[in-house]
Amino acid sequence: MNVIVCLKQVPGTTKVTIDPQTNTLVRQGIESITNPFDTYALEEGVRLRERYGGKVTAISMGPPQADTMLKDAISVGADDTALICDSALAGSDTWATAYVLARAAGEINEYDLIICGRQTLDGDTGQVGPEMAEMLGIPFIAYVSKIEEIENGRMQVQRMVEDGYETIETTLPAVITVVKEINVPRLPSLRGLARARSASIPVWKAEELGIDKNMVGLSGSATRVIRIFYPQRVSQAQIFEGSMEDKVDSLVEKLREAKLI
Amino acid sequence: MEYFLTEDQKTMQNLARRIAEERILPVRAELDEKEEFPWEIIKDLADSDMFRVFIPEQYDGLGGGCLDLCLVVEELSRACSAVAVSYAAVDLGIIPLLDYGTEEQKQKYLPDVAAGKRLAAFALTEPTAGSDASAIRTTAEKVAGGYVLNGTKQFITNGGEAEIYTVIALTDRTKGARGASALIVEKDTPGFSFGKKEKKMGIRASATRELIFQNCLVPEENIIAREGMGFIIAMKLFDKSRPGIGAQAIGVAQGALEAAVDYARERIQFGHPIISLQAVQHMLADMATQVEAARALVYAAARMVDSGARNVSEESAMAKVFASDVAMKVTTDAVQILGGAGYMRDYPAEKMMRDAKITQIYEGTNQVLRNVIALELRKRKGKRA
Repeated sequence: MNVIVCLKQVPGTTKVTIDPQTNTLVRQGIESITNPFDTYALEEGVRLRERYGGKVTAISMGPPQADTMLKDAISVGADDTALICDSALAGSDTWATAYVLARAAGEINEYDLIICGRQTLDGDTGQVGPEMAEMLGIPFIAYVSKIEEIENGRMQVQRMVEDGYETIETTLPAVITVVKEINVPRLPSLRGLARARSASIPVWKAEELGIDKNMVGLSGSATRVIRIFYPQRVSQAQIFEGSMEDKVDSLVEKLREAKLI
Repeated sequence: MEYFLTEDQKTMQNLARRIAEERILPVRAELDEKEEFPWEIIKDLADSDMFRVFIPEQYDGLGGGCLDLCLVVEELSRACSAVAVSYAAVDLGIIPLLDYGTEEQKQKYLPDVAAGKRLAAFALTEPTAGSDASAIRTTAEKVAGGYVLNGTKQFITNGGEAEIYTVIALTDRTKGARGASALIVEKDTPGFSFGKKEKKMGIRASATRELIFQNCLVPEENIIAREGMGFIIAMKLFDKSRPGIGAQAIGVAQGALEAAVDYARERIQFGHPIISLQAVQHMLADMATQVEAARALVYAAARMVDSGARNVSEESAMAKVFASDVAMKVTTDAVQILGGAGYMRDYPAEKMMRDAKITQIYEGTNQVLRNVIALELRKRKGKRA
C-alpha cells in the first residue's frame, strides 16, 4: 500500500497581507505551519502503512522553506518526501497546482492512494484534490471520515455529508480528501525527529517533471484575482430605551416586523 | 538559567513539553477526579519514544541517562505528577535489570519496555517494611527450577498496570537484609495477584496497589545478579532514581509557579492586578528562586549519576530532599496566591499541592534521606565532598 500525501505550508497566523500587484498572499517573513487539514491526511497515510505495509511519500509544491514542513512530516512517519520547488511555479492557482502535483505523482509512479486535506487554511478552495484526480483520470472521494477496508485493489470509505455519512467503494488508485474527524494526528517521535534532522529533502524542478511552463505560475493560471477586500463592518444594533415592559414590547414589535417571530 | 543541554536533550524536553501541553493538560483534572490510570497518555509517550529515553541503544533505546529521564519527568510533572510518576516508575522497575541483569534477561525484557509495550514496576515496601526496608517478610524459597514467592508488597506504583515487576524478597530468612534477593516476576504468573488499589491524596491517576504472592513459582533464570544481592540492588537503585523524584518535584513546583503568576497577573483587587502588590511579588520571587535552585541541584546530581561516579548517595539524597521540600512550599504558596480560587478544584493549584506531598515521602522519606546525608557528613567530618 503506497500512499502519496500532499501537504501545503500555510501562514500560521491570521495577520496576513496581500501583495497589491499580484493579489496573492505575502508569505515572506511569516511563520508557517503545515496546513492543519493536511496533518490528518498524513496521519491517515501513516496509519495505512502501519495496517497494510508499503510506504508514505509526502510531497509539496512550495518555496524552499517548505522543506521544514516535509522534515516535520518525516518526524511523524513519512518515509519519503519531495519538494517541488521552482520559481516558474510561483503564483500558480489550484488548477496549475493540481497539474504540478499530478505530474509529481506520475513521477513517483507506484502509488495506490493519494490523500489530501479537505482544503487549505489560506486558499480555502478545496479544489486541488479533485482536480488532481481528474487530471490523473482516477476516482475521487471528498470529505472522507473513515477508511474502512482495503482489499484486492478496492477501498471502502465513509464520507461525511450534511446529515450523516455515505459508504462508498472505489477501485484503486484513487484520490481522497479527508476531514478532521478521520483521526487524531500523532505527535512526533524522538526517533522520527532524529531521522528528520539528518534527512535532506529532494527538490524537484519543473523541468524534471516534464512540466509545460505555459501551464503553471501566474501566467499559466486561469484564475485572476481582481481584488481582495475585507467585508465592511456595519453595526446595525438598535438599543431600546424605556421601562423593561416598553423595551420588551419594542423588541417583540421589531422582531415581528422582520418576520422573525 | 542555562543548563547547557545537548541538542538531543533539548529535543526530548521540547517533545515532552508538547505531550504535556497537548495531551495531558486537557485531561489532567478528569484523570485526577476519576483516579483513572492514564493509558492513552502512556500510549502517546510510547509512540513518541519516551520509554526509549532511558534504555541503551542495543535494546532499542536511545541510550539516555538519568538527566535525560529527569528532563522528561519534569516536563510531564509540570502538567501532571501522576502521569510523570507512572512513567518514571518504569525506569525504577528496570534499573536493576540494566545494572545487574544478564544479557538474556535484558534481551528478553528491555526491547518491549523501550517500545512502551510493557510497563515495569519495582516492589520493595511491605506493610511492615517502609523506611526500615530490611524488615521485609516476603520470602522466595529455593526449589527445583526456581523460587517460590510468598508475601505481600504494599503501595507499589504501577501495580496491576505493569507487566514486569522487580520484587525484593528474602531467599535466606536467617541473614536479614543480606538474605534478600531481587527477582523478575511477570504479571499473570500463577500465584501472583493484586490487592486493593489505594485511594490517594494526590497523584491520583497513578496506580498504587498491593502485590500478593501465594506460592508463586518464579523460574530460576529470573533472579537478578545472585542470591543475597537484593538489598544492595535496591539501595543502588534508589541512589540513581532519586534525582527523578527531584525532577518530579521541580516539575510540579514549576507548574504551580506558572499558575500563580498567571493568576496574579489577572486577578484584580483594590483596582490593580494582585501581582502589583509587593507581598505577592516577594512570594513569587522566592518561589521562582527556590525552583531554580532545586533544578540546578537535581540536574547536577543527575549528571553525577550519569558520570558513573561510584557513590552518589549523598548528592542524590540532597537533590530529592531539597526539591521535594521546595515543591511542597511552592505549591502551598501557589494555593495561597490563588486564595479562595486556589482551594477550589476548578483551578490546578490545589491538585499540585496534593501531588507535591508524596515527593517528600516516597523513595526514602526526607527524614531518612537526611540520615543518609548526615552519615556521609560524619564520615568526612563535614568537609566539602
